[in-house]
Amino acid sequence: MSDISQHSTSRGAVKSGGMPSLRALLTLLAVLLLAAVPFIAPSMQLLINLALAKGIAVLGVTVLLRAGQVSFGHALFFGISAYAGAFLMASLPAADLILVLIAGVIGATLSGLLVGLFVVRYRGIFFGMLNLAFSMIFWSILEKFYHVTGGADGIRLPRPTVLGMALERAGFEAVIFYLSIALMVVLGWFTLRWFASPVGQVFQTIKTNETRLEYLGLSPKRVLLSGYLLSAILCGVGGSLMAMTQGVVTPEYVWWVRSAEMVFIAVLGGAGSVRGAFIGALIYEIVRVYASAYAGDIWQMLLGAFLLVIILFAPGGIMGIADGLMHRGGKSLTSTRENAE
Amino acid sequence: MNLTIFLLALFDGISYAALVFIVALGLTLIFGVMRILNVAHGSLYAIGAYATVSLTGFFLALGFAPVFAFPLMLVSAVLVGVLLGGPIEWLLLRRIYDKPEVLQLLVTFAVFMILEDVQRLVWGTQPYFRASALQALGNVTLFGVTYTVYQLILLPLVAIGLLFGLRFFLRHTVIGKLILATTEDREAAQSIGIDADRVFLFTFVVGAVLAGLGGALASPTTSILPGMGADMIVLSFAVVATAGLGQIGGAAIAALMIGLGRSFAVYVWPEVAVLVPYLIMVLVLLVRPEGLFGSPVARKI
Amino acid sequence: MNAMNMPNAAKPPLLETRELMIKFGGVTAANNVSMQIEAGRNLAIIGPNGAGKTTFLNICTGWLKPRSGKVFLEGEDITPLPPRKIVRRGVARAFQIPQLFTEHTALENLLISASAREGLRNPLQNLHNIRQRDEMMHLLDLVHCTDVADRVVVELSEGQRKLIDIAVALALKPRLLLMDEPTSGVASSQKHEVMEILVGALAEAGVTSVFVEHDMGIVARHADEVAVWNAGNVQLRGTPEEILEHPDVIRDVIGEEVA
Repeated sequence: MSDISQHSTSRGAVKSGGMPSLRALLTLLAVLLLAAVPFIAPSMQLLINLALAKGIAVLGVTVLLRAGQVSFGHALFFGISAYAGAFLMASLPAADLILVLIAGVIGATLSGLLVGLFVVRYRGIFFGMLNLAFSMIFWSILEKFYHVTGGADGIRLPRPTVLGMALERAGFEAVIFYLSIALMVVLGWFTLRWFASPVGQVFQTIKTNETRLEYLGLSPKRVLLSGYLLSAILCGVGGSLMAMTQGVVTPEYVWWVRSAEMVFIAVLGGAGSVRGAFIGALIYEIVRVYASAYAGDIWQMLLGAFLLVIILFAPGGIMGIADGLMHRGGKSLTSTRENAE
Repeated sequence: MNLTIFLLALFDGISYAALVFIVALGLTLIFGVMRILNVAHGSLYAIGAYATVSLTGFFLALGFAPVFAFPLMLVSAVLVGVLLGGPIEWLLLRRIYDKPEVLQLLVTFAVFMILEDVQRLVWGTQPYFRASALQALGNVTLFGVTYTVYQLILLPLVAIGLLFGLRFFLRHTVIGKLILATTEDREAAQSIGIDADRVFLFTFVVGAVLAGLGGALASPTTSILPGMGADMIVLSFAVVATAGLGQIGGAAIAALMIGLGRSFAVYVWPEVAVLVPYLIMVLVLLVRPEGLFGSPVARKI
Repeated sequence: MNAMNMPNAAKPPLLETRELMIKFGGVTAANNVSMQIEAGRNLAIIGPNGAGKTTFLNICTGWLKPRSGKVFLEGEDITPLPPRKIVRRGVARAFQIPQLFTEHTALENLLISASAREGLRNPLQNLHNIRQRDEMMHLLDLVHCTDVADRVVVELSEGQRKLIDIAVALALKPRLLLMDEPTSGVASSQKHEVMEILVGALAEAGVTSVFVEHDMGIVARHADEVAVWNAGNVQLRGTPEEILEHPDVIRDVIGEEVA
């Protein structure tokens, strides 16, 4: 339990140790199963869609965990992207879905650069808390300047057109759903490749030795900024998808509880694991929907308690446990074969 | 801005700074000694306020005089420190002192999440307001401006008293010296027979009492609502970061800067008043990344 | 003894310091240090603990800023530059306590170093597939660490870490390599062998080196030139033969080493 992101150290990504084929197969099966949801469990479609949007945002938090940093304010980029989309729709009715997404990503990138330039000077406590402070600042702005932002009620984000076509509700929901799956696959794949690339590997050395980084002729701040931008963009994509799915954006998008939720899911799924971010988000959303009926009042308390349990007793999260099981399974398989021979 | 408004803003700022300072003092003391940033500090502040309101309501209903609210504030603060601070250190933090900073931050954050719901469960979501302590001390008129004695005189006096009291305690008492020795070098302190575990427990309880006391003292001046803990942890962090983590005297100056900045903004440009503390923090950190009074730690290579 | 570092009028020395001063508290760690390091030689720095040897390396690489004085690299004033910019100009450093990426393997540490040198930014390329891999394997071979290429740094011995640390610096293809006690942590039976390998590698790559060393046997055999440090300044400078037989050195430095 010495290290929250121990389960998937940098090496795991570089050399997919263990059973790459089994892992790839399971991933493929999971994606196919998700894609089949509108047909086999239509009532779950909206729920799963929200989970996927959150999962992409959680991936952003996961990226930072790989550098040993935690941000308690990444809902900021989630929210900025959502509001950017809503403002675009307000000024340009019937704008295209792609345009909304792009506006969101641009908003997240620019704010990520601005906040990033400041916070990459810090690590650990300061990094986490300054991110929180920035999200609180933006939250206050949304609440106080209500004539522009709609205050606590937020603003509606009407349904955008899709490649020029105005779709019905059901059709639009299907488009968003499959777009979310596609983005999950593409961004998840990209993030895995990035982790294994020279740039991504250098980014992960922030966690272990910045002195050496400096003596390799690199600026630790710039290195951290590159990952910070990626994380802000991922949160932005998630926020944009969430806003289009829900059709309304509120200050709740940037509220610290949302940031905390993202950190929680990242740690639950397996800090530092790309697949874990999505598995964590799916499990979290499903449990939340069914549990909130019984435990709505103590939901945060349950999260907090569960977070403590994971950190203290299963720091690898769900993916850590799964890896352990697969590893053990693999071993027993070998031993069986040896016995047979 | 005429003189009356200027004075009002000045008095607002001073009383607000005094409250924030008391909370920030606990936060920076804990950090200075234990190198842990207690995110749940804001919750302890909120619970201190809730406890004071409940206790005061209970005893005043029994027919006690309004002045009785003052000892109840102390009682609430100590209860928060001992009943919440103690177990948090003893059951949780003790297990993670040798862990990475991020992990420690996550643990106190988890405690924060738990305590936020505890408040809602115990006190509900409706606002509380009980100004008996404020009214008990009456008003004072200064340069033609009438202000409450509680906010203009008592709060700053308590803050100054705590600042110098804590300094004296750390430098001139045996327990204080033990704390400083442990801060300096935990292992060396243990090797000469100091019980570092107990020093940490004591420090954390004192820090938690300060958070609770901040809440208790704030309770007559403001409505008590869910979410006040979240606001306070970020605000007191802003004070502590502006001053430099672990800087006790610096925190007083930073609290004044932030308190005055905010109260003047209320009169000049009210929409941004909430943002002023963070703007001050960001500006200070842009120029001095370690805070006003912090010093950079050079890594030995 | 000054015959060794006669100033070359045509070309400025590779590295030159002028009147460096730095104090920590009351201790003067660099006291008016003016020194020239010529290209193509291995300079050993010896002297008692606390004489300011490591501080000198820290100032030359920009980690510490002197209170006064300047550092020049081939005539360019590099005093105000941060370490990374000095590294980019061809000055690499190996450390007394190895500075490695502890969660990466030995080979990955070298690959990252090569990526830093080449400025690799393709996010879809795998670190293990970069073109410089063979070159890095060769470097690992050079420091006799091929067998631990895929071991994570935390699993390596102190001596292996020292060698990887130097290899990481060499992977940057520097012109000048500053090493802080390169053979500390290496088993004493292997010290000469390690230095032999190192000096060979340096010569092959045309790298000038400055190394802080406590072992006089190593200094006598592997240094082209020796600078004796004392109380924050260069006390003597000359060939190993001249220096190691100098009565002051025997009394102040070697005496202490023996004690």
